[in-house]
Amino acid sequence: MFPIVEARTLAPDIRQLTIFAPRIARRQKPGQFVIVRVHERGERIPLTIAAADPLEGHITIIVQAVGKTTALLNLLRAGDALLDVVGPLGKPSEMENFGTAVVIGGGVGTAIAFPTAKALKQAGNHVIFILGARNKELLLLENEIRAVADELIVMTDDGSYGTKGFVTDALKKLLDEGQKIDHVLAIGPIPMMKAVAGVTRPLMIKTVVSLNSIMVDGTGMCGGCRVGIDGDSQFACVDGPEFDAHQVDFDLLTRRNRAYRELEVSSMADFTDDPMPDIELMRAAGQLGAGDLEPIPARLRSVAR
Amino acid sequence: MSQKPLPDHNPLPMKERMKLDRQRMPERPPEERAKCFQEVNLGFGEDLAKQESLRCLSCQKPTCVTACPVSVKVKDFIDLILAGDYLGAAAKIREDNVLPGVTGRVCPQEDQCEGGCTVGKKKEPVGIGYLERFVADWEQRSGVIGLPERAPATGKKVAIIGSGPAGLSCAGDLIQRGHQVRVFEALHDLGGVLAYGIPEFRLPRSIVKQEIENMKKMGVEFETDCVVGRTVTIDELFHDEGYSAVFVATGAGLPQFMKIPGENLNGVYSANEFLTRVNLMRAYRFPEYDEPVYNCKDQDVAVIGGGNTAMDAARVSLRLGAKNVYLIYRRSEKEMPARIEEVHHAKDEGIQILALNNPVAYLGEERVTAVRVQKQELGEPDASGRRRPIPIPGSEYEIPVSVVIIAVGTTANPLVQATTPGLQTNKKNYIVADPETLRTSREGVFAGGDIVTGAATVILAMGAGRKAAASIHDWLTTGVWKPGNGQPAAPLAATAD
Ligand SMILES: Cc1cc2nc3c(=O)[nH]c(=O)nc-3n(C[C@H](O)[C@H](O)[C@H](O)COP(=O)(O)OP(=O)(O)OC[C@H]3O[C@@H](n4cnc5c(N)ncnc54)[C@H](O)[C@@H]3O)c2cc1C
Ligand SMILES: Cc1cc2nc3c(=O)[nH]c(=O)nc-3n(C[C@H](O)[C@H](O)[C@H](O)COP(=O)(O)OP(=O)(O)OC[C@H]3O[C@@H](n4cnc5c(N)ncnc54)[C@H](O)[C@@H]3O)c2cc1C
Ligand code: FES
Repeated sequence: MFPIVEARTLAPDIRQLTIFAPRIARRQKPGQFVIVRVHERGERIPLTIAAADPLEGHITIIVQAVGKTTALLNLLRAGDALLDVVGPLGKPSEMENFGTAVVIGGGVGTAIAFPTAKALKQAGNHVIFILGARNKELLLLENEIRAVADELIVMTDDGSYGTKGFVTDALKKLLDEGQKIDHVLAIGPIPMMKAVAGVTRPLMIKTVVSLNSIMVDGTGMCGGCRVGIDGDSQFACVDGPEFDAHQVDFDLLTRRNRAYRELEVSSMADFTDDPMPDIELMRAAGQLGAGDLEPIPARLRSVAR
Repeated sequence: MSQKPLPDHNPLPMKERMKLDRQRMPERPPEERAKCFQEVNLGFGEDLAKQESLRCLSCQKPTCVTACPVSVKVKDFIDLILAGDYLGAAAKIREDNVLPGVTGRVCPQEDQCEGGCTVGKKKEPVGIGYLERFVADWEQRSGVIGLPERAPATGKKVAIIGSGPAGLSCAGDLIQRGHQVRVFEALHDLGGVLAYGIPEFRLPRSIVKQEIENMKKMGVEFETDCVVGRTVTIDELFHDEGYSAVFVATGAGLPQFMKIPGENLNGVYSANEFLTRVNLMRAYRFPEYDEPVYNCKDQDVAVIGGGNTAMDAARVSLRLGAKNVYLIYRRSEKEMPARIEEVHHAKDEGIQILALNNPVAYLGEERVTAVRVQKQELGEPDASGRRRPIPIPGSEYEIPVSVVIIAVGTTANPLVQATTPGLQTNKKNYIVADPETLRTSREGVFAGGDIVTGAATVILAMGAGRKAAASIHDWLTTGVWKPGNGQPAAPLAATAD
């Protein structure tokens, strides 16, 4: 079992969990992920390692509740435990001094991009971070990024903070202003990554994206995470998760990520109706620490699509 | 092997023995079993087991023993059954085979022990597999599993990578020899293909779990959720964690695809993904379990391939409620590498075998809606010794399906090779190991099972595990990295297509 040592809410439906997983903490590199299984009947889901403390043996993940497993994960507190955490999986981010690197984080993708942005800075790059969110409330890690990036541009869809507009607007503006860009890392919703690729492709700016395909084992064994790269199939878990954005078949990724939509929605509906079976299962297995769970937020109901 | 001849408990004269017919394995009726995951074969009771044992000729030179990859003392254990000493029979098997409940269920006996049986020359061979299973189950039900004694602790630590049959049997032998053994497993559950591949209706999980419990009781340590090559490297195991030897038993778990159009459509699975979702993650019990799998209820399913994996995938999809299951295989039924019993069972359950057919494309917009198939004829034998399929031009036709499962073989799992400098591999990325000693090109590192031979069988993987254990013991006690005289093991031809 993997104990949770700290848990806090970063934004509505977005939680940060710090987990005791010493082997993973020791070897983790930016760009890598873990696969977690919450309880005995749970599924295996991939989550990026947002930070690691090798001395303490801690890793940090940032989780957005989008379906049953992530919603359940986000009810847990310090003192509770996950059944399985395996990693670090995937190839680490390509790291060198490219010159000027633009890192684009959209939504929870910001959490995934952050450790790589930090490493890019340490590798000597001039790092411009474009941080996007739907609104001010959903903005992640602003202070942490400010401490690392040379420049920070904040974009919100509704203009409630920073500049109103999409991250691609900010990217285009930089380019229009004649900003030299040597490397782009974009992580966020698939349409966002696709749009960024569309902006940089004609200019042949090397652009890297992290693909959130559906995974099971994460070791190359099932082939379920296959993605279209330059007309060929690759496995996101072992060949990625980062790929050259200009070669990615984003439409295929969108299609494959819809594969279980109906089952996921019904799973989520059952869980929001009555989360107790899952909670009892964890309690019986000794995964829940003393005291009560986080109060189950009413807003869980709104997450099911 | 020195063994004193056992008394022959068989009361029948030879002639009488040859008159007896092979006892049939009681099985769940096809209509019933096609809808549930309960075991198909119900096992022999005492009477049937004794009846079948009477057929054994107690040959002076038992060719069944030489035909078994690990030389299980078949004649002796059958004699113990006739003596009514079932636990003794189980112990006799365990001298050579640590997982009798598993091999009694999944070995291709027709090619091994039963293939060598003298009775088989005139009549059907003695049901050795059924008898093996009988004593293993008897032992398990009795709850008295004679755990072998452990030699005094040597203080040496051995790391085993992978908890499939190769890793488990190596661990079992090494712990008896007094070494400290830890098995590292990438998944959250133990057993390798026995856990994620072979379905419950052929090999109940409780059988595998019990064997692993026995090993734990003997002191074998298990660490799940550890991907060697990612979570920890072999070099770190040696230098930071104090291991003196490593046995690599990572299997051949990477799925092959055919690179034909439409393979990435939703609903097109590799057999590994499909079987993992259902067997390991229990997707057939969704929503009680969270893992989803495509609803096969009333759907038409195509399974590509002719090996055990294809057979399993086909029968699993049937149990998920499929209306039609087509098993599409490019050679003729005679060439199919699956166990004969599984082919029979599959047909009885209603699997439709389309031999001499090969898919050329999958059609559909978002989810697959049809497979385009091309008919084949057989030409000359190829490198595998089987007759080569030749496409018949203009013979293409389409079959409407909404789920496709591809089971055309697997390749080497690469993570260990990629992170262990100096570990020699062959062209196909299988690890090169001396066939006698299972030594690799790295001192202290041994390898065996599917990761050396390519996809093979449970018993061969177990045999490799035992060989490795003997060789590792030798290395730990002598400290001499003996040059072997054998050539590096050549991979077998893949058997799964
Ligand atoms: C390499 C990688 C890193 C990721 N990092 C993060 C992260 O740091 N933070 C974060 O919040 N999310 C991350 N994700 C996405 C996260 O895995 C999914 O949100 C999660 O699996 C959804 O599970 P669910 O049961 O809550 O939702 P569901 O209702 O089951 O699914 C919601 C959507 O999530 C996707 N999804 C479902 N199951 C899986 C699965 N087994 N593997 C991948 N995607 C799936 C599908 O597109 C689905 O439509 C990452 C994904 C990948 C592949
Ligand atoms: C569906 C199916 C049906 C089959 N049916 C039969 C049958 O009826 N009869 C028969 O004799 N054979 C059958 N086989 C073949 C048989 O299962 C294999 O030959 C046998 O399991 C090989 O054993 P192994 O120990 O070499 O590897 P595996 O059983 O493949 O085990 C390897 C283990 O290593 C783990 N691993 C891999 N990489 C790492 C890593 N880097 N770190 C840690 N762990 C790792 C894997 O997760 C896995 O658990 C079947 C195979 C399949 C797929
Ligand atoms: S998740 Fe199974 S191969 Fe990538």
